[in-house]
Amino acid sequence: MKVPALVVQNLTKTYDNGFQALKGISLSVEQGDFFALLGPNGAGKSTTLGILSGLVQKTSGSAEVMGADVNADAFNARRYLGVVPQEFNFNQFEKVIDIVITQAGYFGMTQAEAAPRAEELLRALDLWEKRDQQSRLLSGGMKRRLMIARALIHGPKVLILDEPTAGVDIELRRSMWAFMKDLNAAGTTIILTTHYLEEAEQLCRNVAIINHGEIVQNTSVRGLLSQLNTETFILDLNESLDAAPLLNGYAVRLAGLDALEVDVTKGQSINDVFTQLTASNVQVRSMRTKSNRLEELFVSLVRGSAK
Amino acid sequence: MSPARIQWVAFSTIVTKEIRRFMRIWQQTLLPPAITMTLYFVIFGQLIGSRIGEMDGVGYMAFIVPGLIMMSVITNAYANVSSSFFSNKFQRSVEEMMVAPIRPITILAGFVAGGVARGVGVGIIVTLLSLYFTHLQIHSLLVVITVILLSAILFSLGGFINAVYATKFDDISIIPTFVITPLTYLGGVFYSIGLLPEFWQAVSRFNPILYMVNTFRYGILGISDVNVWFSLGMLVFFIVLLGAFSLWLLRQGKGLRH
Repeated sequence: MKVPALVVQNLTKTYDNGFQALKGISLSVEQGDFFALLGPNGAGKSTTLGILSGLVQKTSGSAEVMGADVNADAFNARRYLGVVPQEFNFNQFEKVIDIVITQAGYFGMTQAEAAPRAEELLRALDLWEKRDQQSRLLSGGMKRRLMIARALIHGPKVLILDEPTAGVDIELRRSMWAFMKDLNAAGTTIILTTHYLEEAEQLCRNVAIINHGEIVQNTSVRGLLSQLNTETFILDLNESLDAAPLLNGYAVRLAGLDALEVDVTKGQSINDVFTQLTASNVQVRSMRTKSNRLEELFVSLVRGSAK
Repeated sequence: MSPARIQWVAFSTIVTKEIRRFMRIWQQTLLPPAITMTLYFVIFGQLIGSRIGEMDGVGYMAFIVPGLIMMSVITNAYANVSSSFFSNKFQRSVEEMMVAPIRPITILAGFVAGGVARGVGVGIIVTLLSLYFTHLQIHSLLVVITVILLSAILFSLGGFINAVYATKFDDISIIPTFVITPLTYLGGVFYSIGLLPEFWQAVSRFNPILYMVNTFRYGILGISDVNVWFSLGMLVFFIVLLGAFSLWLLRQGKGLRH
């Protein structure tokens, strides 16, 4: 049986100012998983990742990466781990290539060993042309990709990404998603925190939601979505309506002159909505969900745990 | 990959990075001491020195050269580690090392070696410049090399501790300005403590830089105000003390870990 990529047990962290960031969280991530750690600002996500990567000292509990305790066997735990932090944390005056090669050196790779891998990663992340440029001259998105290349240079088995696509434009975000998916498909376990719940829904298989230092949900993304009772759709119409049509079993509201909002609960079918609208002579041009499904659940779970 | 090999490559990486850093900004690291020391040689050595005559039986220029070389070595070793490590903290690039499988002693040794490299590099530059003004004989090469290396190591450790405690850039200039520079000037660079009244001679013997300057001067000229062996022993003692303290700070993650 494979050792889990990550095991956290009863982990607590109280900062010097008395703030209790983690109140005894436990979770396990299997090898090969694509795992999301979600939560509002200040929930304890970055503290958890900080403890795993050795940048934050835990107060109590334990954390293991690929079976190696992050404190007692920090040497091995760190070899297995690649970390992409939320804030830029590289020397702004160093060249891109030097940052990546230097990081390889910290993991015991000589320049000769690291150079081909660095080229491969920088090419994959569209940074090869910028390799001789000082890092401070890169755009925000390039800096994020540089941190990903740096984290992967030693071929970690587990990659931690703390808000990897924050402030990155949509096109770039999608190319980074594709990169991460390929990486995961090649066997790297990925643990990410994100504010973009669409990101978690698109990429991750399993998810933990953390709030006020406690895990309020730890399940598969599919399992989480199955908890969703009601989904609201917006239907754009070909013609404007004076009043919302009455649909049997559905709550329908006008959303502007030529759009409808329809609530569809678990067990109901959107096909039925279309059938009834067609019978009422209402022509639908296009359809979209009102908000991200995971977002709705996230808000309800976080609000629920705060009560 | 064996743990020992990882530590060795990591150490080499830190040293290479440190050398690359001070070479990249040579206008701030290598040029200023060369200019300052040349001015010292011209003003104190040639213009004023020619009126002073001899000190401890040697020409004044020959007397001050060892002290000025030592002064360059210790101030540059200190400055290199304090500014580089603090800059790493400030830009958070120190986290690159903290997340890697590097032992605290490897990090410390890497930064100290970087400080020694700059200290010795500047020392060589100043020595070469001094040859234009005076003839240097070497009384004991072994003493010269030993005391230079030990002094550079000691002040690199001092710079490291300073950087660990520093929270802003001002904090890394306080110790050099208010402690190291006065102690250097009062450490027998420009005079023999034999010229001082007995009380101030006794006070001067509490100044650690006096021992470094005089031991180095002994290595060059064969004259010293202090016991060379005592001096070397003291250097080793303080290196062990500051080294152990620096390692403790790193293990605690002082100023580095939350």
